[in-house]
Amino acid sequence: MADPKEAIKEKSMVIQKDMLAKQFNELSRAKEIGKKVVYTFVPGNLTELILAFDMLPVYPEINALQSGMRKKSGGYIKDAEKIGYSEDVCTYVKCDIGMMLNGNIGPTGEKLPSPDLLLLSYTGCFTFLKWFENLERLYPGVPVAMLHTPYQEDGNITKDQVDYMVKQLKEEVIPKFEQVSGKKFDEARLGKMLENSVTAEEYWVKILELAKNKPSPIDAYFAGVYYMGPINTAFRGTDECVEYYQELYKEVCERVKNKQLPVNPEGEMKEERFRLVVEGPPNWTNFREFWKIFYDMGAVIVASTYTKVGGLYDTGFRHNPKEPLESLSRYCMGCYTNLNLPQRVDLIEKYVKEYQADGFLINSIKSCNSFSAGQLMIMRQIEQRTGVPVGFIESDLVDPRYFSYANIKNRLESYFQMLEQRKIILNQEVNQL
Amino acid sequence: MNKYYLGVDLGSTTSKAVIINENDEIIGRGITNTRSNYSVAADIAKDEAIYNARFSVLEKKLENEINARPEFKKYINDLESVFQYEQFKVRLDRLGDELVATCNNFFKDETKRNEILNHLRSIRRSFKPKIKHDYLYNNLGAKNQFFRDIVSEKYNEEVNKLDMELFEPLMTVWDKSISPAENQRVQFNFQELVQKAMEELREKYKNLPDTISDNNSVNFDAEMNLLKGNFDQVAETLRQHIEEIAKIEFNIANMTGTGYGRALLPFPSDCIRSEILCHAFGAHAIFPETRTVLDIGGQDTKAIQVDKYGLVTSFQMNDRCAAGCGRYLGYIADEMSISLNELGPMAMKAEKDVNICSTCTVFAGAELRELTNLGEKREDILGGLHKAIIMRAMSLIARSGGVFNEFTFTGGVARNPAVIKYLTQLVKENYGDNIKLNIHTDSIFMGALGGAMFARRNIQADLPAGKKETKTV
Repeated sequence: MADPKEAIKEKSMVIQKDMLAKQFNELSRAKEIGKKVVYTFVPGNLTELILAFDMLPVYPEINALQSGMRKKSGGYIKDAEKIGYSEDVCTYVKCDIGMMLNGNIGPTGEKLPSPDLLLLSYTGCFTFLKWFENLERLYPGVPVAMLHTPYQEDGNITKDQVDYMVKQLKEEVIPKFEQVSGKKFDEARLGKMLENSVTAEEYWVKILELAKNKPSPIDAYFAGVYYMGPINTAFRGTDECVEYYQELYKEVCERVKNKQLPVNPEGEMKEERFRLVVEGPPNWTNFREFWKIFYDMGAVIVASTYTKVGGLYDTGFRHNPKEPLESLSRYCMGCYTNLNLPQRVDLIEKYVKEYQADGFLINSIKSCNSFSAGQLMIMRQIEQRTGVPVGFIESDLVDPRYFSYANIKNRLESYFQMLEQRKIILNQEVNQL
Repeated sequence: MNKYYLGVDLGSTTSKAVIINENDEIIGRGITNTRSNYSVAADIAKDEAIYNARFSVLEKKLENEINARPEFKKYINDLESVFQYEQFKVRLDRLGDELVATCNNFFKDETKRNEILNHLRSIRRSFKPKIKHDYLYNNLGAKNQFFRDIVSEKYNEEVNKLDMELFEPLMTVWDKSISPAENQRVQFNFQELVQKAMEELREKYKNLPDTISDNNSVNFDAEMNLLKGNFDQVAETLRQHIEEIAKIEFNIANMTGTGYGRALLPFPSDCIRSEILCHAFGAHAIFPETRTVLDIGGQDTKAIQVDKYGLVTSFQMNDRCAAGCGRYLGYIADEMSISLNELGPMAMKAEKDVNICSTCTVFAGAELRELTNLGEKREDILGGLHKAIIMRAMSLIARSGGVFNEFTFTGGVARNPAVIKYLTQLVKENYGDNIKLNIHTDSIFMGALGGAMFARRNIQADLPAGKKETKTV
């Protein structure tokens, strides 16, 4: 850690750490400082709109994954099951409910405020609807705003769909925001925030695309989940968010210049042996162990779909300050899990080709139908279209009972050996020509 | 000097070893039950493969003579069987020592101790000749020929004949002794042991009854008749060759460890390889047109797709639950109080397939009892159980991409005729008539064979730690 290069790397991390500390501190003092609190979800989040009303967003999935990483989810899930949640219910939900039952202590150890509004801004996941129905029961009387997000069934976003969503924003969401916050909607302020969003999005895309370099300077999945934090959650549209991505971009460019490999918890990788594209969320309860299997084998994730769960920008979408509500609508409908299966296949195919991946791997999540439905079809299609070896493992988001280290390691070891053999044979074939 | 290559497949139920020569021909096979000490299991499998290799070198060496004189072949086969008995005797002595030691530690009361010791002695006296007879006359049949299985079956038989109140102390002594006995590696001197075996064999032939009617338990056949009367001459002719093969140095040029316990094998890390790759490679070596491999082992079912080189392009494995694997059958066999090897033949007699859920092994046990109560026939229930295993395997195959021609079935379960029946049927139903299904008698050894073949080729599919050593391909 005394390495000066490491110190440069840390600047963006310090920025993010400060941002999060400030966020949770503000949340713990929300009542005191007179700020209203909105519980909402990461996919299709309306962060800029919430912030434009001076309200504070809370993301239950983020709390759940943080609980998973802090080894608290197992207990929370058990508590939720005790009051009747079935084994089959999404473990994010049970972890979140369990956390609330245990005093709603957030990831920084500070108590999270109760919601003043439940904003269901993404309906692509049916569980989200049920989740908020349950939160409504836990916080009786709390107002709920629901924004119905049409699925991209035909693989595109139509004008009708946008109009439909704008109408809901105008008639349902904004009036509730005004009512809860006591403030009038200020379109200019929203527009200003969206300008910041666009700047951060530009940087974010550039950062992700630097992984096209060989060797890749970053791991776009295991480290990617940290990098995606600000833009996918409470900070999009803020000055700090822009600052963070500006800094991160600078750092990653520096890594490219120095031909540095991705950093992991044990230091910098020594060799890039395999470049992978990964589909699906990671497992959080054993995140470090899971990551270690990859970096020990010299596997780098050059692109992932999970980092697009809170917004997909690398196919060209940007928020538009000039048409704020329309662009919020398009943003909601464009997040990764709202794409139809052929779109997802196209996107992954593009990643495999453009990032010159050696393989494609799916981490299929027991809890998450939004991700997992159709994954076998995706896998077959990618195999046929790109010819790269495909792999499939299964785990869960935050239920530690569903992470079997030995099984996952066994499958991944086989998969990496498979990739290695393929490389050798392909080289031999090339040499024979 | 001839070079040999070793593959060790440490499975959840059995440990297998295969030795191949430079032409990828299997010359030695060894198998034993996997036990708590993995390294001992691997060593025993390997030792057995080397003993077996000596015998197969002998047969190969005498190929022409054997063709002309079938009694030679008979003699060599009998010798190998008696040789196994000689090993068995030594292991039994070790177990005897353990039993006595356990007894001395466990029973503080002298009278009690002596009583139990006496029983142990008489148990041993009564089952030893039976086992000897089984080995000498190849009566072990389809039963598992692992030391633990053979001995525990006989021990249980004898204990059950005694007073009920002796059951608990005798079984306690057994439970405390079998594992330590089993976890010792006994090293044998091949030459000494083969000498003993020859003497034992001489006794056997000398005492052979003159006609079949004298003793029906003896399997008389043409070769046996040829041996009768001139066994001394056969033995003398072969003695020199046997002494030669006893002296062969088996130079293992390279080895690969695979299977579920591979990480625990005392092999360098670049000699460890995933069993998925090994099974596929082994199956492809035997049947070079193979494109899809199904392997059903003790706790894993693997559906594997391979390319023209035998390299894996994708695979699917059962996750979270091992219902439908070999252990599922083991459990069912226990529930029905029959041996594992009887399951398949019994299921073949099914007249209909009773519908049985394959999602949970333990539940299948409950279902089995319920169906028995409802009056379903055992054979039909077993038919349904076997079908359930294959249904589960079919779903994994579908997940891995389907069945492509040719389709090779490997693993311990591939020896079960009912499994093969339902697999053939369901592959036909789902993928048409044009799929060629391959099953080899060595199907259980495919993983070890693939490992040995990787060892010969030295294709690097190593882990980073092993990468430093550069080897010539």
